[in-house]
Amino acid sequence: MSFLYLLKNSVNSLLAHKMRSFLTMLGMIIGIAAVLIIMSIGASAQDLILGQIRSVGSNLIGILPGASDENGPPATALGITVTTLKFDDALALAKKENVPHALAVAAYVKGTGTISWQNRNVDTSITGTTASYLDVEDTEVEFGRFFSTEEENDYSRVVVLGSQTYDDLFAGQDPIGQTVKIKREQFKVIGVMKERGAVAFQSQDNQIFIPVKTAQKILLGINHLGFIRLRVDDTKNLDESTEAIKATLREQHEINDPTKDDFSVRNVQQALSVLTGVTDALKFFLVAIAAIALIVGGIGIMNIMLVSVNERIREIGLRKALGATSANIQIQFLLETVVIAFGGGLIGTTLGLLLAALVAVVANYLGYTWHFIVTIDSVILASSVSIIIGLIFGLYPARKAAKLDPIEALRYE
Amino acid sequence: MPTLIKITNLTKDYVNDEVVTNVLTGVSFEINAGEFVAIMGPSGSGKSTLMHILGFLDRLTDGLYQFEGKDVSEFTDDQLASLRNKKVGFVFQSYNLLAKTTVLDNVRLPLIYSGRPQKEINELAQNAVLAVGLVHRTNHLSNQLSGGESQRVAIARALVNDPKVIFADEPTGNLDSRSGSQIMEILENLNNEGRTIILVTHELDTASHARRIIRLRDGQIVSDEQVANRRSAKEGELRK
Repeated sequence: MSFLYLLKNSVNSLLAHKMRSFLTMLGMIIGIAAVLIIMSIGASAQDLILGQIRSVGSNLIGILPGASDENGPPATALGITVTTLKFDDALALAKKENVPHALAVAAYVKGTGTISWQNRNVDTSITGTTASYLDVEDTEVEFGRFFSTEEENDYSRVVVLGSQTYDDLFAGQDPIGQTVKIKREQFKVIGVMKERGAVAFQSQDNQIFIPVKTAQKILLGINHLGFIRLRVDDTKNLDESTEAIKATLREQHEINDPTKDDFSVRNVQQALSVLTGVTDALKFFLVAIAAIALIVGGIGIMNIMLVSVNERIREIGLRKALGATSANIQIQFLLETVVIAFGGGLIGTTLGLLLAALVAVVANYLGYTWHFIVTIDSVILASSVSIIIGLIFGLYPARKAAKLDPIEALRYE
Repeated sequence: MPTLIKITNLTKDYVNDEVVTNVLTGVSFEINAGEFVAIMGPSGSGKSTLMHILGFLDRLTDGLYQFEGKDVSEFTDDQLASLRNKKVGFVFQSYNLLAKTTVLDNVRLPLIYSGRPQKEINELAQNAVLAVGLVHRTNHLSNQLSGGESQRVAIARALVNDPKVIFADEPTGNLDSRSGSQIMEILENLNNEGRTIILVTHELDTASHARRIIRLRDGQIVSDEQVANRRSAKEGELRK
């Protein structure tokens, strides 16, 4: 009995009941499609998020005010204002003897406000930072210049516009030297930043940059910092630098007990591993749900195969009368189930990939750099899972068919 | 002619809900190779059960069944399947063709389980279709055939493995008399070529095509005799 004959036989018996075969496959189709969609979209989303984070730079260290679990959210993310981080801390961190691997340190305060020029008003986010911003963030001005350390210390009222804010406010006109109003205070435009796109899902272009001390004193009326960022020379020095930063800040804040830290230090590597952990857990959860769908699909197939065995009792009897052994019959029905399950898997794979591709098209249309990712693993997984489900859920109907007594089967009406 | 089938004191009981039915109660006979035997009897006489046992579809309860000198009760189920495949061919009253399957594929069916190479399978199947005169129907589906044609396909299927015995269970039961005599003619020709035929029927007309008639009643042989006035299918047709 050749495998090819059996295969042909299975396909023919499926084609004999096209609608029923399709409905039987439906559970498999949905389950497998779900697995592929989850795996493909999951991989794409992870790629997108990691890409966003990497675009910040993987050798950055962030220093946030307030203590927090290194893997949990920072206090500031929960809407709590913590005022423990001061400008002097940034100065201390910038000293070579404190953090030897630091290339640049920038201090930040953040706010929002309306910027106006002539009769135009634009809502924007205000970043007060230091002249070292360009080095830390690895970015450039498009035209004009960034402010200097002198302007920083002089509380100069100068502003550098993000590319989006510039477009909205000046619509292509030369802004350099123009006076704009931010929160009713007058500032002189000295430069426009290069377009950066979204970094970590935040537009970097709808922003304005002013010296940090100016922002603290004139616009926000505070004397603490939002956060500090530090660029190290190499990612392999991240951990060492993190420890150096902690030591420096403890000295600054006169803390002897590390559990009483009033700051937290995070680096991008850490953030990446936390995020990868979260997305992996999510993926695992979704795949578990898809697995339930597949089991339900498998039971559906088993059900129909049992009906099919009952319908074909005479055929089974005839085959036995003509010399088929029980094993022959068992293999025939098992293969038929596998063909249904695998067929469903194949359709599900195609459907899943089509939907994942559609998501990619839509996401790209919406402006995300979304890569359509199909790993060969996921296709192999889907195929083998569907075959295994066919084998598992085909076994019982196939054994039932094989056990039939040929005379009973032949007599059956 | 050598003895092909020898049964001695064969009994068969069916147990159904703890009620024992004695279907066959001590049947003995011998059939030689090349014979054309009709097993006759009213319904319930046990003739179908006897045919199932002789054709390795069922096992006996007691007694001895020797096929080609070997004790059949010693064979395993798989060995019986192999015997059904290689030594016997069945023709059923209701043809039992696979639905929506071509004539050739139906005829091929026993060969599928014979382990022969594909090329030989196709050759043998085509020859068997030729032998029953259905070459023009080779690729027709089984449900497009008339009753007579269906039964000829069944005969081709029974022949295709070149069996020692062909069992025909009421082969003309579902056919009009014309198709019926065509079928009997084919069986006669096969017997004339030397093949052993065992025919199960309750119609004397059909049984009288055989050379020997064994009559059963209530699970026992009531008579076993050679046919004096043997009918020929061809003559039967000429008389009409």
